[in-house]
Amino acid sequence: MNELRDNSDVGELIQYIVIKIDDEQYGINIKFIDNIVRMQQITRVPQVDEYLKGVINIRGEIVPVMSVRMKMGLAEDVITNKSRIIILKTDAGDLVGIIVDQVNQVLTIDSNNVEKVRYDDKKAKSNASFVSGVGHYEGGLVSILDLEAVVSDKEAKEKASNAS
Amino acid sequence: MDVSQYLSVFLDEAKEHLQSLNDNIMTLEQDPENEDCINEIFRSAHSMKGMAGTMGYTRMQNLTHDMEDVFSDVRGGKIKIKSADIDVLLQCLDAIQGYVDNITENQDEGTDEHQNIIKALADIRNGGGGGGAAPAAAAAPAESAPAAEASAAPADGPADGADGSSDYRAIRLDPSVKSTLEEAKSQGKKIYGVTVHIQESCILKAARGFLVFKGLEEIGEIAVSEPNTQDIEDEKFDFSFSLILITDESKEKVEEIVKAVSEVETCECGEYDPSGAKPAEEKAEAAPAAEASAASKPAESKPAAPAENKPAAAGAGGAGAGGKKPVGKPVVNRTVRVDIEKLDVLMNLVSELIIAKNSLISAANTSGVSNGNVNEQIEYLESVTTNLHESVMKVRMVPIESVLQKFPRMIRDLNKTLGKKMELTMTGEDTEMDRTVVDEIGDPLMHLIRNSADHGIESADLRAQRGKPEVGQIFLHAFQDGNSVVIEVGDDGNGIDAEAVKNKAIEKGVVSPDQAALLTEKQCVELLFHPGFSTAKQVSEISGRGVGLDVVKSKVESLSGEVTVKTKLGEGSTWVIRLPLTLAIIQALMVIIGEEKYAIPLDSIQSIEDVSPSDIKFVENKEVINLRGSVLPLIRLSEVLDTESTKDPEEDMVVVIARKGDQLAGLVIDELMGQQEIVIKPLGKYTNKCKLISGATILGDGEIALILDTNSIF
Repeated sequence: MNELRDNSDVGELIQYIVIKIDDEQYGINIKFIDNIVRMQQITRVPQVDEYLKGVINIRGEIVPVMSVRMKMGLAEDVITNKSRIIILKTDAGDLVGIIVDQVNQVLTIDSNNVEKVRYDDKKAKSNASFVSGVGHYEGGLVSILDLEAVVSDKEAKEKASNAS
Repeated sequence: MDVSQYLSVFLDEAKEHLQSLNDNIMTLEQDPENEDCINEIFRSAHSMKGMAGTMGYTRMQNLTHDMEDVFSDVRGGKIKIKSADIDVLLQCLDAIQGYVDNITENQDEGTDEHQNIIKALADIRNGGGGGGAAPAAAAAPAESAPAAEASAAPADGPADGADGSSDYRAIRLDPSVKSTLEEAKSQGKKIYGVTVHIQESCILKAARGFLVFKGLEEIGEIAVSEPNTQDIEDEKFDFSFSLILITDESKEKVEEIVKAVSEVETCECGEYDPSGAKPAEEKAEAAPAAEASAASKPAESKPAAPAENKPAAAGAGGAGAGGKKPVGKPVVNRTVRVDIEKLDVLMNLVSELIIAKNSLISAANTSGVSNGNVNEQIEYLESVTTNLHESVMKVRMVPIESVLQKFPRMIRDLNKTLGKKMELTMTGEDTEMDRTVVDEIGDPLMHLIRNSADHGIESADLRAQRGKPEVGQIFLHAFQDGNSVVIEVGDDGNGIDAEAVKNKAIEKGVVSPDQAALLTEKQCVELLFHPGFSTAKQVSEISGRGVGLDVVKSKVESLSGEVTVKTKLGEGSTWVIRLPLTLAIIQALMVIIGEEKYAIPLDSIQSIEDVSPSDIKFVENKEVINLRGSVLPLIRLSEVLDTESTKDPEEDMVVVIARKGDQLAGLVIDELMGQQEIVIKPLGKYTNKCKLISGATILGDGEIALILDTNSIF
């Protein structure tokens, strides 16, 4: 899953899609985005982790959808007209959808202006662990979403190993 | 000559020959006098030598050469094959296999000379006596070998035929062809007879022939050829063929075109006078009327000639020779080799088509177009897609034989290593399954056979004590049963001792003594499939690493199949593997549970029943129903799937009776939607933790329905 961690060269211009989850803005590197679709009926899959909302049909392919909110330990998603599912594509070709509250804009940020967040004191349930860096742009700051952390099912594995 | 283009042909054929050698040597072990077999081995060894020589693999050539020599002597009656020789021969095959493997990997045969095997082969020949005469006799075929591919038994036949067909002047004319030629002549066109000789080292004769035809057809019309086009495409000709061409071009031009094709040795070309062909025509007419076409000639002469010229092979070989090609290859159907990935793409497209068809049906229903014509067209589309799916599925099907053919050899080797006497009988090798399944099923079957050999078959003493025949029987039966394929592997050995299994399970901590006491005999035997379980008293080389059976089980289940075991202590056991014919598209029953739609594979459904809530009984606090005399556990799917049933508890329940091996269970659902052909899609790696769901499918309206894995619900 390292392919989802953004380690592009210095000085490169990177486009980010800025989304809103809860009250925070997050940027997602555009190269990982396959598609953005409106909220649609999600088919529930029984007996999976709570944050996995189910599966949807994207052009004939079954794509799992997860709630970033629940992964971050926030309140349950409130589906509004502005809710969207962002379909991410990993380098391995897997598609996975994440539910966001709103999609705001596209930002171009010089990679020099993105500060990496250090991981040494990762707190288990803090939002910080889902942020890989902070980007500066003219209008302010935007957190860059750490897609690897969002998409990984590390917690599930921990849970499973605790259980057994 | 650059031979890399022939590499894949070479490898394919080498594998074919190796397998045929393997099979025949095994047969020979049983029946050392089998002439057919000896001839076949000789031919295969000979062809391999020729091929290896052409490709420049000298070590492989040497080894096959020596092997061929041995069989040349055997054929000549100078030596007889003894059981010890078979070992050497098999080692020799392994060595050749080693060369082929090396070549597959890096186009190089490697540097191993296998001197010891060569020496052992020489010993066989010397040991057989007549040492002085043998080398000379063996040298003869060796010299003529690379050229005369066909020096093996039926060679003389086609060679005779070739004499006739090697000259365009000898072509026999149909009356109709003759009139065409005369008409063309009267129109002032030129008629040439052309005889083409192809280099004898050429591997792809048919392709060269085709290129000649293609080239000539650009400048004129080919009136007739000898042998006919079909036979040339099928490589049913020696190294030359003739044809008559109607064209406006000059003779030089014709020759130039023919010679432009690579590997054409010579080309004779001359004016052809149709009226001069009279005698030939008469000859043709003399032949049975229906067979007057040019094709009749090779057809007639081939089977007849070997029988005459080769009395040695006549008895048994007579029938065989007619059906066999001169080089000793089995007659194969006309085939096209296709990359399996292309078939996967095709299969995916068919899947998409079926989804689109389902969408169309549901769209027509919802938009209320109940026009008769629309329905008719949809039904037509439905039958076309179903047929298309079946055809594509068939294309992907291969006989299970390719997996099974290595087992007789394995059992033979096990005989030696285990010091037991065993015999393997197999039936249903031609049972066809999806390519992906066949590729995967080899290892589980090997495990089961090794298990039977190691644990099943008793030692000779014990067998004698029990009054069983000395030779232990291991069998493998494969057959198709409805929409699934069943493979049974079993033995007439010891059977499984349920008590021993139970004790072992307790010892290993797989079950607690209390639990074990409650287990039925059948359940005890099922414990064998538990990971990390092995009853082998001693860990042997053959099996007993404690990974065998649970690997078999998980592999079979990953192919959506199931494995069960029937056993009787002291009489033997049978393992039954049941696999679906195809993995991608299945018939399923669509049901509604709560608000959600699910698909249950039709294969696992026994029947559907209406059950009144008053019929529910309780056994050990679990709900059961009594269905026609048998008591079945009742499973409420709404509870299993964490959803709310929409039905009134007082109402009659719809119960799907599902089957898993011999077990039955009643699955309570809310509503039936009907049967549908569904395309299985994987759930992806995040949601596949749910064991109850084996996949998902897309319904006509784009909605997703999950596919229930009834095996894991039980």
